Amino acid sequence: MSNSYLDVMNKKSDIMKEALKLDYDQYELKGIAFDYEKMMNDSGYTLEDVKRIQLDNNVGNTPLIELKRLTLYARKFAEEGYGARIFLKDEAANISGSFKARRAAMSIHQAVKLGYKGVVAATSGNYGAAVAALAARAGLKCIIVQECYDSNGIGQPEIIEKARACEAYGAEVIQLSVGPELFYEFLKILQETQYFNASLYSPYGVMGIETLGYEIASEMANREHKYPDMVICTNAGGGNLTGTARGMIKAGAKHTKIVAASVDLSGLHMASDHDFNKKSFTTGHTGFGIPFSTFPDRSDVPRSAARPLRYMDKYVLVNQGSVFFITEALALLEGLERGPAGNISLAAAFSLAQTMKKDEIIVVQESEYTGAGKHMKAQVSFAYDHGIEIITGNPINEIPGRNIVFPRTGAELKHKDLPLDQLRKSYIKHFLEQKLTKKDVSFLAEELKTSSNHILELMEEINESKK
Amino acid sequence: MIKKNTLVQIYKVVLTYQNRSNNLPLDTREVPFEMRIKGKLLKAAHIGDTVEILTASNRIESGILIVEKPFYNHSFGHHIQALEDIKETILKETEGLK
Repeated sequence: MSNSYLDVMNKKSDIMKEALKLDYDQYELKGIAFDYEKMMNDSGYTLEDVKRIQLDNNVGNTPLIELKRLTLYARKFAEEGYGARIFLKDEAANISGSFKARRAAMSIHQAVKLGYKGVVAATSGNYGAAVAALAARAGLKCIIVQECYDSNGIGQPEIIEKARACEAYGAEVIQLSVGPELFYEFLKILQETQYFNASLYSPYGVMGIETLGYEIASEMANREHKYPDMVICTNAGGGNLTGTARGMIKAGAKHTKIVAASVDLSGLHMASDHDFNKKSFTTGHTGFGIPFSTFPDRSDVPRSAARPLRYMDKYVLVNQGSVFFITEALALLEGLERGPAGNISLAAAFSLAQTMKKDEIIVVQESEYTGAGKHMKAQVSFAYDHGIEIITGNPINEIPGRNIVFPRTGAELKHKDLPLDQLRKSYIKHFLEQKLTKKDVSFLAEELKTSSNHILELMEEINESKK
Repeated sequence: MIKKNTLVQIYKVVLTYQNRSNNLPLDTREVPFEMRIKGKLLKAAHIGDTVEILTASNRIESGILIVEKPFYNHSFGHHIQALEDIKETILKETEGLK
């Protein structure tokens, strides 16, 4: 067989099996379902094991900081008695500067355990730096495959910075132009090197985040004698929200509302060469958040362990200008200079806190490092240089790819709700061509955190709208 | 002439536009799928030559030599007035907050 696009893609499942040593077929059930919990529990790691492995690697146990002045700022725009206390889990304190180290620690541990000589990860973001850093600690070779340049050879500054970080940790970085064929190159490299697939979507990649949710719930219970009322997660591939929610539940926090937040990039096509450098966020945006929530198995493993709609109570969007605004506020009011992409959920929290009572608690569950290329100023300058209009005004007038609108006042920083039923319907649409059994419907109910009856109602609504 | 063992960056077309995935927006379908990668030059060569390099994970890759001694020049950008404006807004709106 050659290394042509079709030949390599046809070998996909064999290459993947070799590169993870995990047989996903064993979890498949009749019809559309599979046994998610069995897949997660079969990994051979308990939460205690994960904690120990992360501790050995200086990962986790990050500070949970009350953002007192930011809370006061939010209250300024809330009705009397409203304005929840905002806390931030400062994940930038992890090795390599983001929560992704939690996921990487588990992937690398598994790679070492299975005797692989190296690891490969397909990522343009913080996960690359995390895998590279943890691979360096374990003495493994590391290859990071990035989507980095447009067809003019212009690289996204944030992604170039990530390549620099990976190279600082000794990794090889393969920088590709825009397109889903990244997966083809990724498979070729796995095949050539026989390295481990450090996928973000394997059970290891997701269970690594459970400690994050666990730490939030248990520290809050200790300090405030209650669990947080709301935890808000920046959502892209879905692993962050899934792992955090699972960890919270394991700690006993079963009633905390789990909210997803993404930056609104609607209108920009994620596989468009032209649109690639019109984005000011390369992650945490709707271009990943929505497709990965509504079809999790589109990822680089047969069954993704990241299934955010199983845990999500609410999905909110914010515009790019609002995230930059809150990034500025975090530095000015709290002395925390952090990367903008990690602050997507913080922007949403600033607005959501105003809808909650004063004695309630909202936790923003991550922050990330900042620096050249991935600094707010680097991102906004890059946008300006690519013809994006940079203005202050009402953020609802932002058109992704055309302008960035900063709020004129904190009062204008508002989240927008993305109705969960809309996402559930998109999910269900993938299965409408098939005849669904009762078991299939109850699988969908689990996947979408609702009842079988509601699934049937949604199916009816989809069929009605087709008429 | 760039000496053997010099750190360089090479470029190659992974898939010509005719061989790309069918599932692409029109603008992406018109351009090739490209790769850039760094490593040590295996034989002395000139910019524009087709060369082989040894990568950080000890693989051999081939492609067109495009940069000698590549380095980083990403930065913190430049002055943007709107960012100065929001800074002032935030400071003004939070003055004396207790």
